[in-house]
Amino acid sequence: MEKRSVDSRVRGVSTGTTILAATFDGGVVIGSDSRASIGGEYVSSKTINKVVQVHDQIFCCMAGSLADAQAVTKAAKFHLSFHSVQMETPPLVIAAASVLQELCYNNKEELQAGFITAGWDRKKGPQVYVVPLGGMLVGQPVTIGGSGSTYIYGYVDAKYKPNMSREECLQFATNALALAMGRDNVSGGVAHLVVITETGVEHVVVPGNKLPKFHNE
Amino acid sequence: MALSNVLHAPAAGFNFDHAARNAELEGLFDAQIPKPVKTGTTIAGVVFKDGVVLGADTRATSSEIVADKMCSKIHYIAPNIYCCGAGTAADTEKTTELLSSNLTIFSLNSGRNPRVVMAVNILQEMLYRYHGQIGASLILGGVDCAGNHLYTVGPYGSVNTMPYLAMGSGDLAALGILEDGYKPDLELDKAKELVRAAIHAGVMNDLASGNNIDICVLTREGVDHIRPYQVSQYKDKRKTKYKYGAGTTAVLTEKVVPVKLEVVEETVQRMDTA
Repeated sequence: MEKRSVDSRVRGVSTGTTILAATFDGGVVIGSDSRASIGGEYVSSKTINKVVQVHDQIFCCMAGSLADAQAVTKAAKFHLSFHSVQMETPPLVIAAASVLQELCYNNKEELQAGFITAGWDRKKGPQVYVVPLGGMLVGQPVTIGGSGSTYIYGYVDAKYKPNMSREECLQFATNALALAMGRDNVSGGVAHLVVITETGVEHVVVPGNKLPKFHNE
Repeated sequence: MALSNVLHAPAAGFNFDHAARNAELEGLFDAQIPKPVKTGTTIAGVVFKDGVVLGADTRATSSEIVADKMCSKIHYIAPNIYCCGAGTAADTEKTTELLSSNLTIFSLNSGRNPRVVMAVNILQEMLYRYHGQIGASLILGGVDCAGNHLYTVGPYGSVNTMPYLAMGSGDLAALGILEDGYKPDLELDKAKELVRAAIHAGVMNDLASGNNIDICVLTREGVDHIRPYQVSQYKDKRKTKYKYGAGTTAVLTEKVVPVKLEVVEETVQRMDTA
């Protein structure tokens, strides 16, 4: 099989990014920063939306090449919509993650995009799945992704507790994003958070100047 | 269903036919293959209270030579949608023409004016399919039943929407003006002035942008395409006339040779007009 050397730098607009998702007691929080960059030098957008709704109670966060990620989520939205019409029931969160996985795995040579899928379904309640670059699919209670995630592995490992309350989880996610955005140059802007529970979906946007500060003197 | 690509469905995957043809051609030319004309460019757009204002400079460059001093970079897409193009001039021209043709056919089929999001989706799908080989950075602006819209589509197929945008080699200069001057719900004259100032910043600070400034105002009532909105202060006066009348070159001899044609084959096709 011909091995193409893959340039690790994304061509075109990259999401740079810090994305995360965490389950709490009764729901899941999924969030991201809002910076899009070109070549790691120029911020092409301060307010890009990286948290995409692929179904009523299922959201995806995108990382990697913005063009690739937008194309994949578009295809995923269509597939899920069609699937839910055929099945006459809302899709399961694992179905959404599987759709993304198939697209990422079958096109792994051309695509440079990774995803975190989070949502709520009737069968298994709140769930989080991660589909990184190669097209692996893993379910985890909490997961982080993107270039900014490297700076917060320690924080997440130490501070995440299963079955937190909604407020605790929201604060945890906000802190994690703030810490990553504070250290990673290609993550920044505002923190987009979405809280998904059985009853519905709630968007929380924390502007950059309202994010928690950690030794910012 | 009114399809976005009406003439033929695009083949799945990549098509590298032209790459092979280009490789063949390279050997044939002794001299350098002419470089594609790039627009260099500063383009910008702003959403205001009653619609969208688009602006662009008018310089098209081929390396360091100005190939066209009055190039039109604000392209017609639909009666309610216009598109500014930066990048390779041929790519922006043809991409927008293709989009406009397909949307016209869609309008005729469906009986509706196209929505801006439809134009954006078609552009995104097409540019993504070509994976950046089509060098077109576009700013699409329009007014439809869902409101006033401004989108940018990058050459790799990424889409972004903001109330103010700038693209092209002069985008950093223009963005500085837009970041400073933009406010939500601007009045028409303030919005026009903001876009003019943004393009002017690009013209002044970017070598590949220059000459005149075009403005296009889109509202529910209609379109006002002002070309040029601002004329360059550095206009060159031609020193002499370059038109040569008949008789400038003296005719020394003249020889007329009639070409003999003979009828080889004749067919008659009846047209049924009943």
